[in-house]
Amino acid sequence: MGMSSKASQKKKIGVIGAGSFGTAVANILAQKEEVILYARNVDLVEKINNTRWHKDAAIHPNITGTSDLSYIASQCEILFPVIPSSAFREVMKQLAPYLRPYHILIHGTKGLDISTADGNSTDSSKILTRDNVRTMSEVIRDESVVIRVGCLAGPNLARELTDHQPAATVIASHFNEVIELGQKYLRNDRFQVYGNSDLIGIELAGVLKNIIAIAAGALSGLGLGENAKGLLISRGMIETIYLGRALGGKTESFLGLAGVGDLVTTCNSSLSRNFTVGFRLAKGEPLEDIISSMDEVAEGVNTVKIVHKLARQYKVKALITQTLHRVLFEGMSVKDGLQYLMKYPLNVDIAFLKNLQ
Amino acid sequence: MGQQAEKTKKKVGKGHYKPIIKRSKYWPVVQLSKHRKEFIEEVVEESIKRIKQLRPSKKELLEELEVIHYREKMRIRGNPWRVDPPDDLAFWNDIKAKLLDISTNKENAVSVEDLLRLIITRYANEVAGNFKPNKYRFVRSMVKFGLRRLLNASRVGGIFAIFKSDYYLTDKIQLFGEMEHIRKLGKKGTLVMVPTHFSNLDSVLIGWIIHVLGLPPFIYGAGLNLFNIKIFAYFMNSVGAYKVDRRKKNLLYLETLKMYSHRALIKGAHSLFFPGGTRSRSGHVEKTLKRGLLGTTIEAQRSLLLDKGPQDRKIFIVPVVINYHFVLEAPTLINDYLRKTGQERFYKEQDEYSTSYRIVKFLLSFFTKNSNISVSLGRPLDIVGNYVNEKGESLDKNNNILQIADYFTTQGEITEDQQREEEYTRMLCDRIISEYKRINRVFASHLVAFVAFRYWRSKFPQLDLYNFLRLPEDDLNIPYHVFVEEFEKTRQKVITLKNQGKLDMAEHMFAEPDEIIRLGLDNLGQYHVNKPLFLQKDLILTKSLTTLYYYHNRMDGYEL
Repeated sequence: MGMSSKASQKKKIGVIGAGSFGTAVANILAQKEEVILYARNVDLVEKINNTRWHKDAAIHPNITGTSDLSYIASQCEILFPVIPSSAFREVMKQLAPYLRPYHILIHGTKGLDISTADGNSTDSSKILTRDNVRTMSEVIRDESVVIRVGCLAGPNLARELTDHQPAATVIASHFNEVIELGQKYLRNDRFQVYGNSDLIGIELAGVLKNIIAIAAGALSGLGLGENAKGLLISRGMIETIYLGRALGGKTESFLGLAGVGDLVTTCNSSLSRNFTVGFRLAKGEPLEDIISSMDEVAEGVNTVKIVHKLARQYKVKALITQTLHRVLFEGMSVKDGLQYLMKYPLNVDIAFLKNLQ
Repeated sequence: MGQQAEKTKKKVGKGHYKPIIKRSKYWPVVQLSKHRKEFIEEVVEESIKRIKQLRPSKKELLEELEVIHYREKMRIRGNPWRVDPPDDLAFWNDIKAKLLDISTNKENAVSVEDLLRLIITRYANEVAGNFKPNKYRFVRSMVKFGLRRLLNASRVGGIFAIFKSDYYLTDKIQLFGEMEHIRKLGKKGTLVMVPTHFSNLDSVLIGWIIHVLGLPPFIYGAGLNLFNIKIFAYFMNSVGAYKVDRRKKNLLYLETLKMYSHRALIKGAHSLFFPGGTRSRSGHVEKTLKRGLLGTTIEAQRSLLLDKGPQDRKIFIVPVVINYHFVLEAPTLINDYLRKTGQERFYKEQDEYSTSYRIVKFLLSFFTKNSNISVSLGRPLDIVGNYVNEKGESLDKNNNILQIADYFTTQGEITEDQQREEEYTRMLCDRIISEYKRINRVFASHLVAFVAFRYWRSKFPQLDLYNFLRLPEDDLNIPYHVFVEEFEKTRQKVITLKNQGKLDMAEHMFAEPDEIIRLGLDNLGQYHVNKPLFLQKDLILTKSLTTLYYYHNRMDGYEL
């Protein structure tokens, strides 16, 4: 296998996907180790390697760009895939032949994957069950022989990370060693790394918060104030927990950095893409225009579509998700959506904590 | 199906395979008992190391020993068994005195480690089996002879048929699956058979299967309670059984037990685990497995890789499903289960296996009725649940070869990581359970029970399970023509699942529906006093809804 010879070599860390977050992660890792950054586009790789500038950020000298998946897999035993959920499975399929059980994959993608037996998309399949909806760690397990997987989640706006502002993240994995290695390579005096063993819960926390982020953007776009936002975040939190538990996460995971922490950040930030989608919707722009004008994917839009179906299937009351679905895909205006939510008779503040376990 | 049938025919002599190791001198289990003393010492030392890792401070260790002493005393007082050594109480009194010496800092007090060694040595000697090839051969031929005589008497008829040899056990017990494959791997590595567990007969049956396959005897952790019964004790002692005392749930005992298995696997002793722990109480094919002993396969594989390198022997897991038309203990087992899970007071009946007399009676009954058993051997797996090929190489989903060492490797080095191995054990359990579902062979008896129970259950949706099970049996019936219709619908679904490779099905399931139903009814619970299902005039009736529930559960969990 040539493993023993590799042990003596200096280890490198791989990042797959050179979007803004992938690039930010690569820059953090590069403070400690040699990093290989994969991008599919050959020209982009050349640009990264030559100009040392990408996504409004300087590229750390320890980073080398590549567009060769077999190369990155052979050089790195720890890989961070940070690619949009819509492309995730495809990239994993391409990468899988080069992966071995000694590889460790820690992904940073906050989206879901749909795999119905008949190959239907989210739109055409009427019923979605948990089996059809896969988190990214499950996609990795489906497509490769890698078992030691983890995810990265938390309030990590790429811009702020790039600017070396203090921040923290959560690494979740069933394997302590994955968490420990992630901490070892990511942690620095500006970046704290927490561990969590509820992999699915932490993945879902990151995924589901994007829904609430769109709603927060919409409120902001309507020019509403902080009271409204507090209301949304609190109700959104509860909705997220109910959904997350139905899909296999633990309540506690949604109350930590990757849950509440990420939610508060995203709902307050115009740097967030999902927030931006909501904001521009409220300003009256059609969804298609918003999406086509963005250079990176807002995962939340697709997440609303999937979670809306799941909520129905598992009979989870998900008012915000339902209403957003109407606004995004069924022609309801943002204003009417808000009206609908405000009129809905709900009077119990919080009811999930008593059955935490 | 056809392929499997062909494989069954590829046998030597009287339906048996040639032994893979001819001379018993070279059987791993013989090697093990030949060096029994050294082996026990090794187990003791390794266990001490492990315990010290788990309880690093002297204080923790002392507390642990205090608790163990207390629990052992409770056991001796509250739940003594015939097999318990006579000096049990004296031993633990002595431990108490030594513990007192340590805690009061007496001058001549023994060290905590010595105390640990004292207890673990006792446990290891208790656990260790003592295999004697001569005794093994004797028991084997006794069993074979006895069973065959009975078989001939019942099948051919007439008392004189007892001297004929027309029928062999292989006619009664059918083997399916990857026999040759398993035999090949038996030469290359260490086999770990993990069968489902429905009846106390299972261990005897598997022992016999192992012999038919031409494999050397496996070591097997038998419940110490079985050693209370003389006929079993004799049998177990002779077939390489080690003893598992379920009353002792303390850290020292469990770690010693696991270490025994771990070290024996490293030494190449093929092993038999019933990973469900005990017999399935509910009649379900195992849905959860005990991780303790299974985990030792992963630890042993890692030890082999660490100590001897990737070229050394590998450990292979062979899931096995045993299919009976009926399980003798069914009524007791299901009552046990309901008592535990339900509110109702289901009181316990006497254990069917409490006396040697009842066992002989059971065996007689078993062989005088036309009831076949099938044993399905699954595709061998490696310790993380990948299929392996005939060379023993692990394969991924696309049949690419995997290196098992890679699963234990971090950044170029094979490492020991207990938490990682616990996670692998969990995965292995899930994998074995899904293999069980896949190789489970549906019998007519299973399906009639499933269909009838589900039919009646659907008529009372407002009742919870326990209230439903308390319904008077006299009130329940299904007109035969309705039953046939329901049965046929379900059978078609079973066939679809079989074609998708999601389960297996006995050949008799392809006969005419009337014929299959008759076979199912005839065989289902024929030994039980209260028949779980029978046909009277034109009605399907039951005399024991709980027993029917038990048999129904076997088919639970499929999309039927």
